[in-house]
Amino acid sequence: MTTPVLSIRNLSVEIPTRQGIVKPVDGVSYDISEGEILGVVGESGAGKSMAGNAVIGLLNAPAHISGGEIWLNGVRIDPLKGEEMRKLRGKEIGMIFQDPLTSLNPLLTVGDQLAETMLTHLPISRKEAAERAVAALEEVGIPGAAERIDSYPHEFSGGMRQRVVIALALCAEPSLVIADEPTTALDVSVQAQIISLLKRLCRERGTAVMLITHDMGVIAEAADRVAVMYAGRLAELGNVRDVLTQPRHPYTHGLMASTPLASEGQKRLHQIPGAMPRLQHMPNGCAFHPRCPKVQKRCSHDPLPPMAEGRAACWSPLLAEAVE
Amino acid sequence: MSDAQMTTRAKDKSRWERFRESDFFYAFKRSPIALVSFTVVCILVLSAVFAPLIAPTNPFDPASLNLMNGFTAPMEPNAFTQETFLMGTDDQGRDVFSTILYGMRISLFVGVSAVLFAMVLGIILGLIAGYFGGWAETIIMRFADVQLTFPSILVAMLIFGIAKGFTPVEYRDQMAIWVLILAIGLSDWVQFARVVRGATLVEKSKDYVAAARLIGRSPWAIMIKHILPNALSPVLVIATISLALAIIAEATLSFLGVGAPPTQPSLGTLIRIGQGFLFSGEWWILFFPACTLLALALSVNLLGDWLRDALNPRLR
Repeated sequence: MTTPVLSIRNLSVEIPTRQGIVKPVDGVSYDISEGEILGVVGESGAGKSMAGNAVIGLLNAPAHISGGEIWLNGVRIDPLKGEEMRKLRGKEIGMIFQDPLTSLNPLLTVGDQLAETMLTHLPISRKEAAERAVAALEEVGIPGAAERIDSYPHEFSGGMRQRVVIALALCAEPSLVIADEPTTALDVSVQAQIISLLKRLCRERGTAVMLITHDMGVIAEAADRVAVMYAGRLAELGNVRDVLTQPRHPYTHGLMASTPLASEGQKRLHQIPGAMPRLQHMPNGCAFHPRCPKVQKRCSHDPLPPMAEGRAACWSPLLAEAVE
Repeated sequence: MSDAQMTTRAKDKSRWERFRESDFFYAFKRSPIALVSFTVVCILVLSAVFAPLIAPTNPFDPASLNLMNGFTAPMEPNAFTQETFLMGTDDQGRDVFSTILYGMRISLFVGVSAVLFAMVLGIILGLIAGYFGGWAETIIMRFADVQLTFPSILVAMLIFGIAKGFTPVEYRDQMAIWVLILAIGLSDWVQFARVVRGATLVEKSKDYVAAARLIGRSPWAIMIKHILPNALSPVLVIATISLALAIIAEATLSFLGVGAPPTQPSLGTLIRIGQGFLFSGEWWILFFPACTLLALALSVNLLGDWLRDALNPRLR
């Protein structure tokens, strides 16, 4: 087996607060291989974006990585600092943000922004960068790219802007793209276009993608594998088809049941009772047990069972596992 | 600047065409206050710049002075020489109109330089405070707070006094203008720093700054290229209003006798000279420089006010 593009081992992030240390990310491990799209799902505050920020090294103080390892293309990147880190992550990691309104500088033309990114990392001339910028815009499906290159971000619609952001993330030819809720700020018809665009471009280039979202529909549409996160921990990890059709973790099951489906008409939507625990008041044992329909005695004190691919971190998984 | 770039099809049109079609220019054309104050500022600035061409005499050339012309009232022929002067003459026979033109040069030069100095200093310190935070921010902003508790004219006088103490006596008159610029600039950087820091904090949290950090741009490149242009329009407004305040501060210092020396009189110096003759009937020596100062400060201030409204979309 080849080395995965991104490999996270037992990653923990800590934030010291006045009420004590909170762990928005707690012992998370997953891999992403070349050309693969890993969907990271969870409710708001589950730590999915925090894990993404830890990978790109943009955690805002006082949040910091407190344990675990991050490997990018066989190089351990979490202890890297300053110049080395800047060079590596800028070249190898592209980032797509949630809000295309704020992820482009309003005072620079899109061409300038594309060129800036490429000139920082690729050994090319200004002229080449300008040519490549046009090509990059064409590739993300912006009509009349040669004329639009000198436009400012406000002259684009939301969906178009997100296409520009994708072009920006991919133009330095990174091996990993982190897309943090790339479609949340867009309307539904544009969402589908953006997802299929992202999927196509990453397939073609063999770029690994970490797709962070709370939208199960987006996961079903785009991802190859899914990591379900709850309260900073990994709840379930596996192939997208298995996880979505036969969820093992009661939380995943609850999430799936809470997804509105147009075909089901007026039926009352399922909801998971309660809310995610505050990080200062994490329950012992499994963090989900106060809300879990299948809670057992041991759930409230025993540490979680070890996680692995195709498994759930749960003492009473919904599906009896074939190989124990 | 951003407004000039607002119209679409950036490529096809020249900068000037884009500017003429901008909302900014439209608002300017529709505002009588803006038009009038802009015209007044232009006339005053141009007449100051071209003072040697406009002024009938060079008031600082002793050869052109005739003491017999002293105390001539405006538009009245002098009793001895039969010469008439538009705005009369002072005690030494200097043409008041000419001294105003030359004085305005010094006032404007000091005002503009002081504001530029304050602006550069305030922008740099504000960017550092806002972007890096931590102890750098604490030191810079607390220093700014302390300075704000003193009246700025007092700060300027203090700096002026200290700087004057360090200059050798024979250079004092030459250096006075530069010391004045330093003093007014140092008393004025605080508001620039505060505004830039605030704008930096807002821009810093936006994703494009995170994106720039991600691609590995250095903090300075991010500050100069990404954050500063987005923070510039409030700076522009403050610079305009500060210009009016700096001109007045210079006049105040000169009036108090600690500013421009009588050999290089600014408007404030002229007013100081003039007020000595106020009660003996020679009102014009005070009146005309004071009116010029009023017109200059008022129109710059009104222009700044209008600019603030025009550049702030929330007030439109």
